[in-house]
Formats: sequence, structure tokens, C-alpha cells
Amino acid sequence: MTKAITVSGLHKSFGRTRALDGLDLHVESGEVHGFLGPNGSGKSTTIRVLLGLLRADSGAVQVLGRDPWADAVELHRRLAYVPGDVELWPGLTGGEAIDLLARLRGGLDGRRRAELIERFDLDPTKKGRAYSKGNRQKVAIVAALASDAELLVLDEPTAGLDPLMEVVFQDVIGEAKAAGKTVLLSSHILAQVEKLADRVSIIRLGRCVQSGSLGELRHLTRTTIEVETERPVTGLAVLPGVHDLRTVDEATGRVRFAVDGGRVDGAVRKLTEFGIRSLISHPPTLEELMLRHYGDELAANGHGTAPDTEGEPG
Amino acid sequence: MTSATTAPGTRAPAASVAGGNALAGTRTLIRFALRRDRVRLPVWIGALLLSTLATANSFRTLYSDPQDRANAVAGADSPAGLALSGPRHYLTDDGFGSILSHQMIGFTAVLVGLMSVLAVTRHTRAEEETGRAELVRSTVVGRHAHLAAALSVAVLADLVLALLLAFGLAGLGLEGMDLAGSLVYGFAHAAAGLVFAAVAAVTVQFTAHTRGASGTALAVIGAAYVLRAAGDSGENGALSWLSPIGWVQRSYPYVDNRWWPLLLCLVVAVACAAAGFVLSTRRDVGAGLRPQKPGSPTASAALTTPVGFALRLHRGMLTGFGTGLFLMGAMYGSILGDAEDMLAGIDEIEEALERIGGSGVVESFASMVMVVLTVVAAVYVVMAALRPRAEETAGRAEPLLATGLSRSRWAGGHLAVALGGGTVVLLLAGLGFGIAGAASTGDAGLLPDLVGAALAYAPALWVTVGVAVVLFGWFPRAVQAAWAVPVYAFVVGYLGQILRFPGWMNNLSPFGHVPRLPAADLDWTPLLLLTLVAAGLVGLGLAGFRRRDLDLK
Repeated sequence: MTKAITVSGLHKSFGRTRALDGLDLHVESGEVHGFLGPNGSGKSTTIRVLLGLLRADSGAVQVLGRDPWADAVELHRRLAYVPGDVELWPGLTGGEAIDLLARLRGGLDGRRRAELIERFDLDPTKKGRAYSKGNRQKVAIVAALASDAELLVLDEPTAGLDPLMEVVFQDVIGEAKAAGKTVLLSSHILAQVEKLADRVSIIRLGRCVQSGSLGELRHLTRTTIEVETERPVTGLAVLPGVHDLRTVDEATGRVRFAVDGGRVDGAVRKLTEFGIRSLISHPPTLEELMLRHYGDELAANGHGTAPDTEGEPG
Repeated sequence: MTSATTAPGTRAPAASVAGGNALAGTRTLIRFALRRDRVRLPVWIGALLLSTLATANSFRTLYSDPQDRANAVAGADSPAGLALSGPRHYLTDDGFGSILSHQMIGFTAVLVGLMSVLAVTRHTRAEEETGRAELVRSTVVGRHAHLAAALSVAVLADLVLALLLAFGLAGLGLEGMDLAGSLVYGFAHAAAGLVFAAVAAVTVQFTAHTRGASGTALAVIGAAYVLRAAGDSGENGALSWLSPIGWVQRSYPYVDNRWWPLLLCLVVAVACAAAGFVLSTRRDVGAGLRPQKPGSPTASAALTTPVGFALRLHRGMLTGFGTGLFLMGAMYGSILGDAEDMLAGIDEIEEALERIGGSGVVESFASMVMVVLTVVAAVYVVMAALRPRAEETAGRAEPLLATGLSRSRWAGGHLAVALGGGTVVLLLAGLGFGIAGAASTGDAGLLPDLVGAALAYAPALWVTVGVAVVLFGWFPRAVQAAWAVPVYAFVVGYLGQILRFPGWMNNLSPFGHVPRLPAADLDWTPLLLLTLVAAGLVGLGLAGFRRRDLDLK
């Protein structure tokens, strides 16, 4: 696999504000890569450096094998971008804006354009100033997908879309992936990334704090297991990797506990000794992944709980 | 969490009082608007005040001898002179105050109107267009609070200017310029400001677009100026009575000190403001009274080229300025014939004109008019050249520059329209002036002369574009400094002739290097040099833009 995007040690400051502080990011060709982080963590700044709209202070950046600052125009012909907050020209219709953006990118597939407009239920005759935020977003999405780009850079693309359109968007990105395109999908909507992404990078305060496939990341977290047994469970708490054992219901002997990714087997073996009546396991969600990285911050703000005592999955 | 619960709690009494009050929150919005305008309005007021005081003070040396004043008054007594200044009645008095009022009120009233219109649109339609008004209106703020606050801010600015002018002029201690006259002088400006602020209160209701709302109100100011110019220069002064600028000039400060024309302004202002409030209830927040028509679902091939796209964005402003300058040129052209007749009999003027360079009265007057037309064209050129910056800060450059469009081609499209459009606008001004001038003088040869004279200013316009581009490329936060070029050109080119500025001040302006056709001879050297300077500045500016970060939302 070749790398579609490689970033290492990227720094970018605006005046005294340090937006990116040694960020690393690696996106393989043909994968959907989730780019996660809270607001203000530097996702949009990174993307704008990848597009050559901002110049890196230091660090190495390559997109499709080229330097995005020096070769911006050649690069832009091979990629399509959807900003998180789309601004349209008040006097141009949505259809005109789609054509403008797609043709300046180097080409427009008329049939694909018509199909996308239909699927996203967009009225292309309205003037830019008459569109709601969701509709402005659709204009940019249609423009990006109607041209044949090998890399899609999407910065929180579905902000403002309703759940129905969100589903359409997921279908369309799935098709793009099937067609062999590379997608960088920035988001703070975890469920969306979970459904679409092969791999994710989590960034925080301008630095990548974790990167890998969802499977790899889950390995690092705990699965929550809720179990009802015929006889009361004993000796579970002393097993390695088991945390937060609690009895949920005294009458039925229902208990809940969290277990480290590599220790599930041992815990379940133990449970079989007591006769399992029912077992529910919650895989770790990205919310939990995020909480592991931002939990200290949340705890400091007085919201939620520290990650170690976290028992309830998202 | 605690702060979030107490804040609404403390507001609760205000909310219950405000229940059905359409003006609730006005006072807060006024304070907020004044806070946002804390630099802008003082700069406006200071510039208007200082230019008036400096002009009045210069009279001390300029017209120290009563005979100079008499000459000045006699010199203004021509249709052309009256069209550029004000009604003839001022000429019955040759005091300092009369001369000042005659020369200045017409122009400063336009500028005060501009200040007032922009204040109103800035705090009403611009807020709605950006969606900020929606957020504010969702709080305890009444339906009419935004418009009321915007008008209050404009009224406040106008009144402060009026008082500063009144006491400033009276404080100069010029002979005959007493406080009573100075008060009328000051409030004449405020009255003009009020009328045009109220006009803007109506225009912001019609279109959903700030640019359109400001443009319509500015067109009303322009029409008011043209009406009074036509009325004052002709036999029949009735046209001037259709113009608020004509009214305030007819308060005759220092001559008759009449207050009632100013009351007329007040009545019209109140009526217009009331109409604005009523109309605002017939539309939704963010919408205009004029419904939106559906447009084309696809883009034409021309739209998707950088220049075609830029032309589309500039289209409205380009046609507006083109039409306006053509009409303005035609207006001056139509009085060109009278200029000769009226001035021919006055010996002093003829002698003075012979000293200038032996050209005729018509040519000298035409050169003077050309300066005014060029300054208006320069205003267009600055607005057009700053458009890429406006697109950039609005976040609309980002998606385009993420396509196969390079920064140079994107900015180049806008600049091509600024450079070419500026030239076209200038050509139209020359055509209007030339056609009407040739008709009024009966000299068909004037048409090519005047068109040529107008086009001679094109290289200076290009330099103006160049200055704006350099700021855009290297000092994007300071782009508004480009306005210094047309303002300076006006001060030096127009007022400088009255106030007799030294030559080096003229040379600082690109317009000062253009041969004053048709009075002077054509000299290609400065035109070629200006073109080279313009090309250098544009290249330098684009190089800066390629190097810098884009400003993103």
C-alpha cells in the first residue's frame, strides 16, 4: 500500500496560539481514515495545510506524493474538498456553484451530478443566500463527489445534515471507497466514523495521540460485560484485567464489570463455572476511546467522570 | 453551571417588562453598536470636521483682502461654478461664512449622507445577512430594536458632528462667522445625514443584501446631488427643491440663518424612518420584501473561467458605477456650453485662465470636472480591487482555492475586472461628458478630446489598483488603507485647486502626474511610467499573496 498522506512533526502557530504541535498523520491509499478530535484540536488547520491553503511552520507534509504548498494546483486536480462550514456566493445558484467548483477542479460527470442532486434532494435553482446550512453543505458534497478525484478530504462534512441525508452520505462514501478512492474524514461524530473508517487518528491539542485500525484501538480499551449466572459469581475481581465489578441486581445476581481487551477470554472462562444464564457484552465505543484521551480534561472541568471509573458505555 | 443559571435569573425582570415591547433591548444594542464603531465613527467625524475647519482656516490667507473675496464670488457665478457648489443666493454675500457654505455644504452633505447610510446598513441588513441578527433577536430584543438602534447611532453621529462643526467654526474667530451661523452650518450637515439615514432605513427592507441596500441608498444621495446641481446651475431652481441636499444648502448659514429648510429634512426623515419600521413588519428576518427568483440550475461555460466568474460577482457594481458616471459626465457636459457664455464676459477669469496655459474656459472647466469624475472611478476601482479580500474573509475563497485554480489566477480574475472595469467606467464618464458637452457647446470636436482626456487617467487608476493589490498581498489586515488613494486624490485634485496646495503634495497622488487634458498638452511619458508602476505593484502584490497564509474563517 502506498501512502496517500504522510505528515510528520507538523507545527503551525497563529501568532502566539500554537495550533499544531508536532502532528503525525499517515493515510494509506484506498482507505477511509477517520480524523477525530474535539473542537479546536487542530483538525481544520491540518486539513488546510494538506490543501496548501496554510503554510507549515515546520515538519514534512506529503499528499499523493507531493508537497501541498509548492504543488497546490496540480494536487487539487486530484483531490476534492468539502469544508466544514460552506460559504456560497449569495448571487449564484447552488447548481452554478457545483459546476464552478467541479469544473475548476478539472471536470464534471454530468450524470453523476444529476444522480447526486437527486439523492441528496437538493434544489439547484436556489440562490446561495437562500440555502440553509445543511443545503450549503450538500452543494459542496455534490461538487466534491461529482468530479473524479482520487482523494476526498472531508472536514466535518455532514454538520447540518438531517439523519436521512446522513445515511445517503454514508452510502455515497461507501461507494467512493469501493471505487478505490482514499477518504480523509474529519469528524467529532463518532458513530459516523465508526461506520465508515478503516483506521482512525485521534488528535488533541495539535498532536496525534493515537492512531490505528478500530480493532487495534479497541484492543487498548475495555469491553464491558453484564452477566446473569445461576450461582453467585465469586473470585472474579481478583482476575487480572478485570475492573469495576459491581452487582447490578441482588435478586438475580446480575453483575457488571469491565475487562481489558486481552483478558476477555480468562474472564469468560471463569464465568462459565457459575452457569451463564445471559451475557451482554458492550464493545468499547469511540466515545470511550475519546474519554480515555480527554477524560482528564473533562474531569478537570467538573463534567463526567475520570476514565478509570467509567463503567457505562456511550 | 452556576453562572449559567444565575444569568437568566437576573434578566428575568427585564424580560417580563419587555413582553410586548417592540423596542426592548434598543439601549443595549446602541451601546453595542457604538462599541463596534468606536474607531470608524470618530474617524469619519474627525475627517469631516478637520477638512471643514482647515478649509475655513485657509480662507484667512487665501481671501485676506476683501477684493479677493469679491473675485472669488464673481468667479463662482457661472452655471458650471454653481453646479459644483450651490445656489446663487450665496453670491449676494461675500463674507467668509457665505463662501465656506457655498463651496463646502454640497460636498460634505454627500459625505455625511454616506457615513449615515453605511452606519444604518451596517447595523441592520449586514447583521441580518450574516445571521448574527437572528441570534440577537432570539434574546430579549424587540422587533424594531435593531433598526431603532441603527438609526439612533446614525443620529448620534450626525448630532455630534453638527455640534463639533458649530463650535469649531465659531471658535476659529473668522470675521462674520458667529455662533448663530455656525449652528445652522453644523445642523445643516446633521439634517442631511438624518434624511439619508432614514432613506437607508427603507432601502434595507427591500433587498436581502447589504450591498444592494447601501447601493440603493447611495444612488438616492447621488440623485439628490445631481438634482441640486441641475437646479442650481439652471434658470429654474425648482429641481433643487426636490433634493435634500438642495434644502440644507438653502438654510444659508451666515447669510440668512434659516432653520425651516432643516425642519423640512426632519419631517422627511421621520416619514422615511416610519416607513422603514412599517415595511420591516411585512418581511421575515433575513429576507427582503422582494421575493427571490429561482435561478439557473447549471453554470454557463463563461462562469467557470476565473475572469467570467469574477465578472459575475462584480457585475452589479460595475453597471452601477458605469451608469452613474455616464450620467454624471452628461450632467457636467450639459452645462459646459454655459460655462463659456457666462465666463466669457468676466475679464479677471479670462486673464486667470490665460495664465494657466492659454487654454479656453471650456477646456479648463473640463479638466476640473475630469478630476471629479476620475475620483469617482477611483472609488469603484478600490472597491473592485478589494473584492478578493472580502471573498477571502467571508470564507468563499477557500473552496475555490482547493480546486485546480491557482491563487494568481483567482486573484487575477478579480484584478482583470478591476483594471478593465475601471477603464470602461472611465470611458463611459468621458463619453457622457463628451456627448453632452459636444451638444451643449455645438463643438463636435470636443467628444474625442474629452474621451481622450478621461482615458488619460486610466494608468493612474491602474496604479490605484496596484496599491490595493500590494496591501492585499503583503498587509491583508490593512487593505482599507487603499482608500487613502482616492481620498487623497480628491483632497489634492479638487480642494487643492481651491486651497492652492504646493506642488509636491500633488505629486504624491498618481492622479497628480496625469496631464490635465484637454487644458494641458498630452505627454506620454508620465502615462507610460504610471503603467509600468501599476504593473510592478500588481506583480509585487500577487507575489505576496502567493507566499502568505490564506485567512480562513
